[in-house]
Amino acid sequence: MEIFTLVVLLLDATLRVATPLILAALGGLFSERAGVVDIGLEGKMLGAAFAAAATASVTGSAWLGLCMGIGVSMTLAMIHAFACVTHRGDHVVSGVAINILVAGLTVTLGIAWFERGGQTPDLYNPDPYTGIELPGTAVTTEDAIRMVVDADPDDRLRTPRQVEQAIAGGDVEMAAQVEALTREPTPVIGWILGGVQDFANGFVDFVREERFTGITLPLADTVAHVPVIGLIYSELISGHNILVYFALLAVPITAWVVYRSRFGLRLRAVGENPAAVDTAGISVTWMRYKALMITGFLCGIAGTYLSTAHNASFVRDMTAGKGFLALAALIFAKWRPIPVLLACLLFGFLEAIEARLQGTPINLLGLTFTIPVQFIQALPYILTVVLLAGFIGKAIAPKAIGTPYVKER
Amino acid sequence: MYDLKPADGAGGELSAPPPAAIELVGINKHFGPVHANRDISMTVPRGTIHGIIGENGAGKSTLMSILYGFYQADSGEIRVNGEQRLIRTPNDAIHMGIGMVHQHFMLVEPFTVLENVILGSEGGSLLHAGEARAREELAHLEAEYNLDVSPDAVVADLPVGLQQRVEILKALFRGADTLILDEPTGVLTPQEADQLFRILDTLRTQGKTVILITHKLREIMAITDNVSVMRAGQMVANVATRDTSREQLAELMVGRKVLLRVDKGPANPGRPVLQVGNLNMVDRRGVSRVKDVSFQVRAGEIVGIAGVSGNGQSELLSAIAGTIRARSGEIAVNGTNIKVGQGVDAHDMRELGLAHVPEDRIHEGLVTTFAANECTILGYHDDPAYNKGLLLDRTAILNTCEGQMGGYDVRPPNPLLKAANFSGGNQQKLIVAREMERDPDLLLVGQPTRGVDIGAIEFIHRRLIAMRDAGKAILLVSVELDEVMSLSDRILVMFDGAIVGEVAQADADERTLGLMMAGIRPDEASTSTGGTPGGTSPA
Repeated sequence: MEIFTLVVLLLDATLRVATPLILAALGGLFSERAGVVDIGLEGKMLGAAFAAAATASVTGSAWLGLCMGIGVSMTLAMIHAFACVTHRGDHVVSGVAINILVAGLTVTLGIAWFERGGQTPDLYNPDPYTGIELPGTAVTTEDAIRMVVDADPDDRLRTPRQVEQAIAGGDVEMAAQVEALTREPTPVIGWILGGVQDFANGFVDFVREERFTGITLPLADTVAHVPVIGLIYSELISGHNILVYFALLAVPITAWVVYRSRFGLRLRAVGENPAAVDTAGISVTWMRYKALMITGFLCGIAGTYLSTAHNASFVRDMTAGKGFLALAALIFAKWRPIPVLLACLLFGFLEAIEARLQGTPINLLGLTFTIPVQFIQALPYILTVVLLAGFIGKAIAPKAIGTPYVKER
Repeated sequence: MYDLKPADGAGGELSAPPPAAIELVGINKHFGPVHANRDISMTVPRGTIHGIIGENGAGKSTLMSILYGFYQADSGEIRVNGEQRLIRTPNDAIHMGIGMVHQHFMLVEPFTVLENVILGSEGGSLLHAGEARAREELAHLEAEYNLDVSPDAVVADLPVGLQQRVEILKALFRGADTLILDEPTGVLTPQEADQLFRILDTLRTQGKTVILITHKLREIMAITDNVSVMRAGQMVANVATRDTSREQLAELMVGRKVLLRVDKGPANPGRPVLQVGNLNMVDRRGVSRVKDVSFQVRAGEIVGIAGVSGNGQSELLSAIAGTIRARSGEIAVNGTNIKVGQGVDAHDMRELGLAHVPEDRIHEGLVTTFAANECTILGYHDDPAYNKGLLLDRTAILNTCEGQMGGYDVRPPNPLLKAANFSGGNQQKLIVAREMERDPDLLLVGQPTRGVDIGAIEFIHRRLIAMRDAGKAILLVSVELDEVMSLSDRILVMFDGAIVGEVAQADADERTLGLMMAGIRPDEASTSTGGTPGGTSPA
């Protein structure tokens, strides 16, 4: 059981670490399937991470942060498109330029705006919202204590804990005050309205949160104690923030768009033989712009996730090679959506193990040693090189990748 | 061999002719200072096959690109079915029922036939419904025009002949009434070309109009109803095919009388100069490109290698020239054995008395950013004649280049002009001059006249014969069957990396060679001579 719990927790961490990889790699998939090399995934993520954290800390809304993150990432993608598609520039040069530009600009702007050495202020979520109160609903002791704190005239009481300590310490007046506020729900109507009230308050929390926090799926707490399934449902499936679920949903959507839609057919064609697309009367330039917009959109979410969901602030160079890792996963997966998911989960798993194994002594054949952190950190890259060197067969890129399309005479 | 009769009533002989499918009036097009199309007018009647013939750079492709909406004409008008139309993009052309089959196929190789056909006219934002409808339509089209291709086959796996059918299907699927084919037979075996012409004939019977761009006179005579001849951007003739002849068309194309047949006496072969035994070559991807090839070339004869492009001829030539490495086998030049597979380079081979006119003049024959005189010494730059101590002898090089330009009629005769600025024919003459003037015992020639105009072809052919008569050994590789047949004393046919058989010039005819090029051995070919010509499908 101990092992089982460990595995579930490891997989849970895997999912959280793999989310930005999945989003960025899918973004890269759209770009590269359209024939545009995108080495700038890293830069787009980093730019989005900064924009999202900065916006969220200033406005107090993670959602506005998300919008701004996507906006910045899409702008960078459009710069890439302008350089590579419109002006037929070298894709790698443009991508590297974006990476360097963003790495410098985020730190510079961060120092100028927030004066924290390039970091953005930490994001805090406010206390759960209780502003919506409906008649006939239950008021628990906890609720009552909070109401006492809110109503305290001298503002001496700041936390519910102070009230609890006072009651435990024999403050009868306080106990009576709490007792008076406590209420049993009115049957039927009270129960229904209670549900509505909880949902409404929860929704307000969801909208006004400063960083994305885990969503507890229905019944997660109830089934938590059921053996095996309970743990899997409450830990592994429930409790992630909305961006994790979005990333997982993006995989089948991408597969469906790429293989089943008109847009996907043209996208694949434009990366293989743009001349065929051109002679069919479709604009190659516009197709590639559209593909890069999607890339920008997905990288924007990936970056936002890093600074406002996985962490609670922007730290300089916080992508730390995740964009390149996503690119490796994309190549590893031979530019196909479902294998992209698996590759990203594999890389995420290695990172999760890394966190677990750090400094943990391992006892093998009577020898006790610790695995060097650097080795584990290098594992995803070593794995990519080794696997690409022959174990997964040749990764054949879209044929027209990296070559600007010039109409022939 | 082409027994297809021109359609009756072609050429607008009826008393009240229906509007022509395509009518071009006074088309002009400039590219910078180049006047690519000069006041061109032509009429293509409905339900006919119309040939457009002309040398490279005569403006055929530009004219068709204007008709297909790739370019806009500077002036002039286009009438489709009698109505004046403006064609701004290929999309406009498609909507007016004009389809084009490009010289280089516009196909997405990893896609299926069906996906290629629907690309651009999917019929909805989701593929599913459109695909089902397209599958039905495709079956209908295939039956109507005898265009048999499996809709689920992956295009990359199809032979070129079938890929071309997919292109034709694509155009028909988009509702094309007029089909433009740009040099459609360049990549086909004679048998595949025959099949294509049968398809075109069916199209004509069903009322479609076909415009065929080619530089092969044979095809014009075989299949077209009318022919337009272009020279230097101008339309020099519009004639009914039955009223003209190959000789007349060739004269119209070049602007002077041309000898289509090469005059040469019988060969007088002497000692063997090149001996090749069991040569094998494997490419970087591990695919065997040359398989157990053995032959010899003697002094005073031309040995031609025929075959559809991509069947190992290029690799064989490069292996002998020393530019790529063979895996095993024997090569001997002038009696000296070469250590095959041990990194013999092109320079070592040249020392043995070999010269090489490579197939790809742009990438292997020249450095296009070099001046003509610098290209003259490529590969021979360490010759003492071109050097003065540590430095190159500019005067000697310029003189040599000028001399070669004079002797080979290179125009303009300017040794300082960049190689890229010469026309294809003149670039080729520069290379031929460089290699022939070394007076080699063995000359390897790859595609000597690819993309070269008829006048230059005639010149290069005569030089090759002269070299042979001077007792040199010549190995010729060409995808132009006419060229191999008229120049070679013996013809070897390659298919899939191996030599299928050898034919003496006297016994060579297009049909026998064509079958061998499709991999059918001479003994099998002779037994199937009585069978139906349609029975040899290129599988």
